[in-house]
Amino acid sequence: MSSTTIDGTAPDHGAPHEEVDYIRAKKGIKSWLFTVDHKRIGLMYLAAVSLFFLFAGVLAIIVRLELLTPMMDFLADGDAPEAAAKARDVYNQVFTLHGAAMVFLFIIPSIPATLGNFFLPLMVGAKDVAFPKLNLASFYIYVIGACFLLYAILTTGLDTGWTFYTPYSIETGTAVMASTMGAFILGFSSILTGLNFIVTIHKMRAPGMTWTRMPLFLWAIYSTSVIQILATPVLAITLLLLFFERAFGVGIFDPAMGGDPVLYQHFFWFYSHPAVYIMILPGFGVISEIICVHSKKHIFGYKAIALSSLAIAIISFLVWGHHMFVSGQSEFAGVLFSFLTFAVAVPTAIKVFSWIATLYGGAITFNTPMMYGLIFLFTFTIGGLTGLFLGALTVDVHLHDSYFVVAHFHYVMMGGTVIAFLGALHHWWPKMFGKMYNEKAGILGSLLVFVGFNLTFFPQFMLGSRGMPRRYASYDAEFEGLHALSTYGSWILALGLTWTAVYLIASFWTGKKAAANPWGAASLEWATQSPPIEHNFHETPHVDADPYNFKEIDRSQAAAGHH
Amino acid sequence: MAHAHAHDDHPKHLAHHFDMMDQQVASAKLGMWVFLGTEILMFSGLFLGYAFLRYMYPDMLLKAHELLDWRLGAFNTVVLITSSLTMALAVRAAQLGDKKQLKTQLLITIVCALIFMVVKYFEYTGKFAHGIFPGRYYMEASDQFLGGPQMFFGLYFTMTGLHGVHVLIGIGVIAWMYIRAGRDEFGPDNYTAVENTGLYWHLVDLVWIFLFPLLYLVK
Amino acid sequence: MTLSLLGKLGGGLVLAEAQGGFWMPPKASTFAEGVDGLFDFILILSIVFFVGLMALMVYFAVKYRRTHVEQKTSPLKHSFKLEFLWSAIPTVLLLVIFAWGQRDFILMNAVPDSALDVRVTGQKWSWSIGYPSLGKECQNKLVVPLGEPVKLTISSVDVLHSFWIPAFRLKRDALPNKYTGYWFEATQTGDFPLYCAEYCGTDHSVMTGRVQVLDAEAWKAWVASDDCAGLDPTAADYGEKLFVKYGCNACHSVEGVRLVGPPLNGIYGKPETMQDGSQVTVDDNYLREAILDPNASIVQGFAPAMPTFQGRLTDQELNGIIDYIKQLGGDAAPANP
Ligand code: HEA
Ligand code: HEA
Ligand code: HEC
Ligand code: CUA
Ligand SMILES: [Cu+2]
Repeated sequence: MSSTTIDGTAPDHGAPHEEVDYIRAKKGIKSWLFTVDHKRIGLMYLAAVSLFFLFAGVLAIIVRLELLTPMMDFLADGDAPEAAAKARDVYNQVFTLHGAAMVFLFIIPSIPATLGNFFLPLMVGAKDVAFPKLNLASFYIYVIGACFLLYAILTTGLDTGWTFYTPYSIETGTAVMASTMGAFILGFSSILTGLNFIVTIHKMRAPGMTWTRMPLFLWAIYSTSVIQILATPVLAITLLLLFFERAFGVGIFDPAMGGDPVLYQHFFWFYSHPAVYIMILPGFGVISEIICVHSKKHIFGYKAIALSSLAIAIISFLVWGHHMFVSGQSEFAGVLFSFLTFAVAVPTAIKVFSWIATLYGGAITFNTPMMYGLIFLFTFTIGGLTGLFLGALTVDVHLHDSYFVVAHFHYVMMGGTVIAFLGALHHWWPKMFGKMYNEKAGILGSLLVFVGFNLTFFPQFMLGSRGMPRRYASYDAEFEGLHALSTYGSWILALGLTWTAVYLIASFWTGKKAAANPWGAASLEWATQSPPIEHNFHETPHVDADPYNFKEIDRSQAAAGHH
Repeated sequence: MAHAHAHDDHPKHLAHHFDMMDQQVASAKLGMWVFLGTEILMFSGLFLGYAFLRYMYPDMLLKAHELLDWRLGAFNTVVLITSSLTMALAVRAAQLGDKKQLKTQLLITIVCALIFMVVKYFEYTGKFAHGIFPGRYYMEASDQFLGGPQMFFGLYFTMTGLHGVHVLIGIGVIAWMYIRAGRDEFGPDNYTAVENTGLYWHLVDLVWIFLFPLLYLVK
Repeated sequence: MTLSLLGKLGGGLVLAEAQGGFWMPPKASTFAEGVDGLFDFILILSIVFFVGLMALMVYFAVKYRRTHVEQKTSPLKHSFKLEFLWSAIPTVLLLVIFAWGQRDFILMNAVPDSALDVRVTGQKWSWSIGYPSLGKECQNKLVVPLGEPVKLTISSVDVLHSFWIPAFRLKRDALPNKYTGYWFEATQTGDFPLYCAEYCGTDHSVMTGRVQVLDAEAWKAWVASDDCAGLDPTAADYGEKLFVKYGCNACHSVEGVRLVGPPLNGIYGKPETMQDGSQVTVDDNYLREAILDPNASIVQGFAPAMPTFQGRLTDQELNGIIDYIKQLGGDAAPANP
């Protein structure tokens, strides 16, 4: 192997000395707020989404505390009936904000905007994204959108569910207008980020990096971006129409005026189903990287994984009606959407099989990223398989809007995306900050998260199929045991996540200095020092092998006596 | 292979993170096309809403649209098409490095856009004077009914309003190009910004070409 | 505490086992068999795939764990045969699931002609269940005969609701602008829960009720009884019954408790402050307006959450309700907090 410029030590091209890294390159708060460096913007996103994750997570804990017992108690002050009615209102706001914040503020920007921003240019071997100023603008648009949502929270709150179904969202007294404006603006941030990534991948790949030499993470981000630019505009217009609905009573979604609430649902899910793949595809990309790098194995079925991402991106636009089997859409539509739903499961199945096959014959290290990789395979598979129950028409008639659905989407979103996000954070932590986190602490954290997560959400499958509706503040006594288990689980989960946050942050001070390529990976982000210099590479790298070619590296590492 | 630190032989308009001018131009163009794609998708949501209305309440649409003056709409269509032409001429002028021509054509485009907005202003105020407001503010409550004209006008104002916002943004961007042209920024080796502005402006025009028959010429 | 909880949980399991399965509630309609069959099929399939995949994963992870730096790794990059197999097999299985679900779904939508007609109307936050052929109307209670087809026509007067009977495995949204519905044949007598499954605001979680399945004899008796019977406008409790029938009690207490709406006892003849600060004295006309056009003036401190009853109450009924509110005694409850 010649100049794939990967090395176990510092880069040996041009500059033998370490150049000052991007964090120390400039000083002062302004150098962050006005930066156009994709790495710094990525970190600013990371700070923001972590905060919102914490915030939405705390709301989730409140939800769980209220659901510990069948009665209204945690949120109610006293046993009086008036207190219960009030507490139900509060509960409705809490779960709505939990869902809306998790979806719009946390999970959609989570992997793409933080790690995508940081690593996409590095992985294609570019100095920055195609439009650095636009990138910074996306961040501020995100912040403005978030402010709208915060404004909504601080004034009258929001109690529509994250889906904003009409006509309830038209008549409720809460801050629907501010919230839809917020989500509308956040949508633009997401569109612009997607646009930036697409152009970067098309036009800024380093010499020699053909499409099939791109790391799979890039394929995933690329597919995600395609969905972002195709689906998000429709969400934007939907929310705008809802906004005008509240402001002027336009009537298209309002049955009292002659409009149709089912039309709203079509509009909403046309975006929001593809959006679930916006959430999961980057996670898929992360898992491909983690599994290969930490088992030192070439990915199994590169092309199948890359193309299945694109297939998912396209088919995902045709299945939105599976959220509406009982909404009063036509019987034919139900049958059609059910069929297409199963079609979209096949490319995902291919990925899962390929990851497991990748492990075959590898050299697997049980470090924290790999732990999260394996946990992902466990939890996401459960989440995906339970999607099949929901896609089956008659079974969904029973399960729709029950806790089974709640469990399904937490298994794919929390058990899929968030787990992948955690794995990715550990995988790339040394590169981002130039520090190693504490490996033992990491393993412990991942185990806590694993146990807590399953304890929280597995009982919810049983709750749902046995007849517990979602969005219920109080419930029948027969469900108490399972709900209590779920609440206990959420405590372990919260403990695991807090622990993770603590040792990761602690690594800034106590972590060992990270080498340029601590895992012996072969993609370009490891070809520069840790943390990278401001312009990423000393020299535009040249690529002549694919990113999962680990053999040579191992040898060169061994030769350098490095391990 | 270009060197990141070799700033000496750097073309004037090349941003630091690109290796070659070609790459920068191709990126800007691709970016613009993708953006236009998102715009089309956004408007297509509104067109779907329109289709719904038309399917549900064809008679209402037929009656309500008569309250619009198709002559004003037609006039505006002509104005916008003209501006598209001058915009195209401006791009041509930029490519040729003809600064004077570029500035003139941009100016005409801006004037056309302003005429469009003025006509819209009179259309809107004319409607308001007759109590034609969107949705629940439409005339008297007794003029509103299930599937009544308030819905048509709700959509009318939303669609033309959103389009109008795009025209306003267009005016801003073209004016910015005008200023930059004054600073001699454009020439045969650097006209992508004007070209992209042109693309945007053609899209705004195109959307109107759909809006006009759908709203003013319902049959 | 944990012990008692485990006890409860165990109890729950046993109970569920007695009435239904580990996953599913009792089967009480003809559809339940099909739904549960498909559920079990997917469940078994999932378990097979999940356990198989996890076993492989753990096996590989342990067998190929890294023991030394120069550990050789397999050069395997892909295998067309494998990839074809693991695309084709799931595709076939998925098609089976689809076809199964689709077949039963069509059956669910094919209503037999002879079905008993029942009207289900959702309103914030109660269900009103009418039997046009029997002249009965129940609140939050669906009574059906065993083994006879029943057809529900579902609608809503305000926002979306959804009528879910887990024991029947059936659910359909209630829309304000369209009738939806489903049919079923109950297969087991008993008392089962029903829920509102579409989020509808404050009291969504208490918009629940019961389904009673009666055998032929009990059904006959019920039909003849005056349970859920039409109301007698001359009866002394006419207004009170209407108050329940139209779900006023879901939002209004008559004992001075503040629920979603203000308590209605002792308001008659007293001044009320409106949201815009104006003062109104509660008289017949005010009550009439408050019920027919509730959003015309909003009581201070409350949300405009009350649906209109215009067109739903006859004049006779309206008068009955107003008379009832008038005679509600008690201390003047503070409607304004
Ligand atoms: C990350 C997000 C994510 C992902 C990836 C998915 C993936 C899938 N989802 Fe999920 N879904 C959500 C997020 C997501 N979902 C959310 C948020 C909701 C609820 C929204 C709300 O109402 O609030 C929802 C709701 C939802 C519904 C509507 C339920 C209802 O409200 O009634 C349905 C119905 O079809 C569904 C189906 C599926 C299917 C079939 C997949 C498939 O893509 C899964 C494919 C994966 C596998 C199949 C597993 C791996 C494969 C194997 C191990 C191979 C072997 C298997 C075979 C035999 C094929 N989902
Ligand atoms: C990304 C998506 C996401 C995530 C991660 C979660 C996470 C969690 N959710 Fe979420 N949830 C939704 C999306 C999500 N949820 C959505 C969309 C809904 C539907 C809303 C609706 O119906 O409208 C919902 C609804 C929902 C319900 C149903 C409410 C109802 O129907 O009545 C419940 C109930 O248990 C619940 C619980 C939880 C719990 C316990 C967690 C836990 O996993 C949370 C754990 C997190 C913490 C405790 C925070 C700790 C964090 C730190 C310490 C910071 C560290 C930071 C880093 C390391 C980066 N959620
Ligand atoms: C969905 C909840 C809901 C239902 C059902 C409901 N109401 Fe109300 N009602 C309210 C709310 C909230 C208010 C206060 C806001 C307002 O004035 O509209 C209110 C106000 C009133 C008032 C004025 C009270 C005052 O103190 O001035 C009257 C009278 C009233 N309702 C009667 C009824 C009757 C009779 C019914 C049934 C036929 C009914 N309501 C059903 C929610 C409801
Ligand atoms: Cu009615 Cu929820
Ligand atoms: Cu979906």
